[in-house]
Amino acid sequence: MNFFMILKVAMRAIWRNKTRSLLTALGIIVGIAAVIAVVSIGQGASTMMVSQINSMGNNMIMIFPASRNTGGVRTGSGGAQTLTAEDGQAIAEDISYFVRCVSPIVRANGQVIYQENNWATQVQGVSVDFPEVRNWNVSKGVFFDKDEQRQGSRVCVIGQTVSDNLFGENDPIGKVIRIKNMPFKVLGVMEKKGSNNFGQDQDDLIIAPYTTVKRVLQNSIFNNVNMLNVSLYSLDDTEAAKKDISALLRQRHKLGRNADDDFDLRDMAEISKTIGSVSSLMTILLTTVAAISLVVGGIGIMNIMLVSVTERTREIGLRMAIGATPLDILLQFITESILLSTVGGLIGVIFGVAGAKIVGDVQHWPILITPSSIIVSFLFSAMVGVFFGFYPAFRASRLHPIDCLRYE
Amino acid sequence: MLIEVKNLVKSYTVGDMTTYALDGVSLSIDNGEFVAIMGASGSGKSTLLNILGCLDVPTSGNYLLDGVEVSGMTATQLAHIRNEKLGFVFQNFNLLPRTSALENVELPTFYSRTFPASKRRERATELLERVGLGTRIMNTPGQLSGGQQQRVAIARALMCNPPVLFADEPTGNLDTRSSVEIMKLFTQLNNEGITIVMVTHEDDIAHYAKRNIVVRDGKIIKGAKFESADDPEAHT
Repeated sequence: MNFFMILKVAMRAIWRNKTRSLLTALGIIVGIAAVIAVVSIGQGASTMMVSQINSMGNNMIMIFPASRNTGGVRTGSGGAQTLTAEDGQAIAEDISYFVRCVSPIVRANGQVIYQENNWATQVQGVSVDFPEVRNWNVSKGVFFDKDEQRQGSRVCVIGQTVSDNLFGENDPIGKVIRIKNMPFKVLGVMEKKGSNNFGQDQDDLIIAPYTTVKRVLQNSIFNNVNMLNVSLYSLDDTEAAKKDISALLRQRHKLGRNADDDFDLRDMAEISKTIGSVSSLMTILLTTVAAISLVVGGIGIMNIMLVSVTERTREIGLRMAIGATPLDILLQFITESILLSTVGGLIGVIFGVAGAKIVGDVQHWPILITPSSIIVSFLFSAMVGVFFGFYPAFRASRLHPIDCLRYE
Repeated sequence: MLIEVKNLVKSYTVGDMTTYALDGVSLSIDNGEFVAIMGASGSGKSTLLNILGCLDVPTSGNYLLDGVEVSGMTATQLAHIRNEKLGFVFQNFNLLPRTSALENVELPTFYSRTFPASKRRERATELLERVGLGTRIMNTPGQLSGGQQQRVAIARALMCNPPVLFADEPTGNLDTRSSVEIMKLFTQLNNEGITIVMVTHEDDIAHYAKRNIVVRDGKIIKGAKFESADDPEAHT
């Protein structure tokens, strides 16, 4: 029997019981729609996270001071005062085979005032290499230069949020703002970055030379820093670079063989791995739920196919009497079930894509609909049709013509 | 010889009770015969027809159809035999509902390994004209009378040009006038050379056949072999 005839008969059988067919396909429709929506939302979320992590820096390793043990009393993380900007320079020079550049980070908070506007924000003291380390440049004006860093000049670059709050529509370049009542000249405005993975506004900050922040804003005579950001040439060198940095810092800090590190090394790969594993765990969980609903839909198809075989027993008998082979009958019913499941799958894809888009628009989530997820779920729905259609079709094909013709 | 069966047995075992629908039947039917198989209900005449028509398989015995041993064939081989060599007409017509007469008649060719698709429509139309339904080819069974439905079924049975036609009580659901029309059609087809094997329990229908085989309790009691006036052996 030719394929088009089989398809035609299957379509006719499905069309004859429209309501029943629709209800049967509904299981598949819901399952596929759920898979598509979940995968689109999940992939969108993880793609966004990965790109945000990448935007945090160029193959970055972060070095934090660790806790300090003074006569058995341990401070919290960051308690050690031993991490200095000089450590950063040493890393940049001695491990230059891995390290592109290093920027220390010194943090201060304070009220910022420009004319009648004021705004509380964070001030980050960094080095001139900061734009390269963080892969973040100025959109207007200029970054401070080496001389200004060395002299501890009162200059700064402001984030977009600070600019909006202090200057509104006006051009901030060249204006003088007061940070903790100290006048700073605004050299430039950083590119807008938006919020990070944790919902923090990354544009709400002021960047100044770390020398200035240390002396003027922290009023400190020490040269310890809150963090060192180390940018590597290649992400592949992360482990080796961490080892070398660790050895160098232990040597510089004169730590004995048995002493704990007084610093912590963290790299972006670690963070992105954590975030990636969380999001892929979510995707796996939700996909499992969706797959279960597909199986339930498949059982629905199997059930209806068994009913259909029973209902059409006499027709099967007649077809066999005029020459249909068991294979013809098998193909007939398999085709019917595949048709049910793939049409269901197709409708499911449409609903899934629409659902993902609506959720994305309403919740402002990034949605990533990949052709592969559509193709995979469509093929999966066809497989459900084959798998759950086989048993009823096989049963039909094994019937004896005379039993079918006598069936009442 | 078109059909030759020897010692055909069909038994059913329910629990430890074995009943014999056919109990050692031997018979032969030649090309071009018109045979009526008669008997009371439960005599085994329908079982015999179903086995002859390859719809059912015997428990034991031999069946030569057109010189080919049929007993022991697989379901697929039997399906091909039914498609290419046999035509069926049923008491309740067995047409596909909500499907036009034309499509019903075309149906066997879709399962044929040899019938050319290009000839399908032409032959179906031709056959429907031949059974007198040339103007009703697009009607569905619901729009046709019983006699007309049976004529569609006959056209369908003839579609793949089988040498033999099996009919199980073909007039059982028809009124007298339609019955006569159907039997006239059978006679005409037989005159054109098609062998017809028909089961009936009505004497006046059986009269149209050239030979009557009578079955009782699973055995043939009359007409197992062709008898003619110029066959002296048969008279002894």
